[in-house]
Amino acid sequence: MLDKLIMYMGFPFVRYALIVGVLIALCSSLLGVTLVLKRYSYIGDGLSHVAFGALSIATVLNLTNKMIIVLPLTIIFAILLLRKGQNTKIKGDAAIAMLSVGALAFGYMLMNLFPSSSNVAGDVCTTLFGSTSILTLTQLDVWICGILSVVVIAIFILFYNKIFAVTFDENFANAVGTNVNLYNLLIATVIAIIIVLAMNLVGSLLISALVIFPALSAMSVFKSFKKVTIFSAVSSMICALFGILISILVGTPVGSTIVTVDVLLFGVCYLIGRIRG
Amino acid sequence: MAVLTAKELAVGYENQSVLENINFEINAGDYFCIVGENGSGKTTLMKTILGLQAPMSGSISFGDGLENNEIGYLPQQSVVQRDFPASVYEIVLSGCQNSLGKGFFYSAEHKKLAMANIKRLGIEKLKNRCYRELSGGQQQRVLLARALCATKNALLLDEPVAGLDPQVTTEMYELIKQLNDDGLTIIMISHDIQNVKAYANKIYDVNTKEVRNVR
Repeated sequence: MLDKLIMYMGFPFVRYALIVGVLIALCSSLLGVTLVLKRYSYIGDGLSHVAFGALSIATVLNLTNKMIIVLPLTIIFAILLLRKGQNTKIKGDAAIAMLSVGALAFGYMLMNLFPSSSNVAGDVCTTLFGSTSILTLTQLDVWICGILSVVVIAIFILFYNKIFAVTFDENFANAVGTNVNLYNLLIATVIAIIIVLAMNLVGSLLISALVIFPALSAMSVFKSFKKVTIFSAVSSMICALFGILISILVGTPVGSTIVTVDVLLFGVCYLIGRIRG
Repeated sequence: MAVLTAKELAVGYENQSVLENINFEINAGDYFCIVGENGSGKTTLMKTILGLQAPMSGSISFGDGLENNEIGYLPQQSVVQRDFPASVYEIVLSGCQNSLGKGFFYSAEHKKLAMANIKRLGIEKLKNRCYRELSGGQQQRVLLARALCATKNALLLDEPVAGLDPQVTTEMYELIKQLNDDGLTIIMISHDIQNVKAYANKIYDVNTKEVRNVR
């Protein structure tokens, strides 16, 4: 087992996958607590489908770097969704459901109308559930992921206190002069970046799991915001590391393996929380 | 001189005013209560005072060293907060957010202020406890300590005793009175007219639109 692992570590693409995977897991867990507590979990889910639609556009256009289209489109929709949540002509959740299935259908149709390879079903499956794509990262991909991750982490650390304030009590924050709309916008943008990043790792259907599970695990055990944040970040990285290693050794799909590890950890944390009362 | 003056003020939302012809003055050190039934426009008036929405017409002005983002605000609790994993200390410290300005992190002075207010409200023992595990009265004290971090001179309390049992309600009123005696201006929204009469020095009734001097 160990020999096999050491052999795999000899390949640069495996090392890339591990670095990128762990970085993405770290980023996606950071805003999880905020998302869960602000009842924004479903926005993450809707956005991942938007990202799928955007990705199919990029695939059809045959772009070498798909981020150019996927990232801006996802950010725009993140901002629109957040706005929609505030003034509700169409109810927020209905708007998200519409957008999310709409984008999914549109993306699948595009990929069938303009197939970029002979194996359309395989392509679709890859974008939905992630796949070996994490093992086919180029050096450029690794750099882009690395830089975006650093940006996300820096934003989170710098604005930690404001994010806490806005998450805990929007009304109070507003009343004492904090620019709540600005920070909501910032949160939405960062979520969009995280989702686009995480799509490489687990595919668009499983992203929410990467965002929500570490937060929920941490919340059932820890009692201060700081501890919850730190634990969800660390546990998310460890789960991603184990998930990727297992998938390499056993040959299971990367994304679903990571999510399975996350789910198991949640089960353990939930039990611990229950026992402690 | 008045710290807060409302002149011919009309409040409302989406171009529909819910309350008009509001005139009152609040002086430094007042215990000013705004009373009325649910749905009478109290909350809209409060939001206007806090600057969360613009007046429909008329004016609301601050004076005597009070700015509109220097009012310590005690909101009613929201659903989000009920299962929020945060320690008492973290929440009280977040009351310093308005003096953070363009900075990112709380300074030693902010932390000292937070601790001072935790002591002032007698919740030192709860400092590291999780907010969601506290009783209703304890949670109100935490939020009051946070409001104190945001202000030097005025508090706006929105139904501070809603959902508390009689014993805790009395404690809460005594606590607020103590703060008022210490020199803080208190503005309180309430429909608990009986108790309010015993504590406030001015009562503004949104139905009659008159200020009554009680003491």
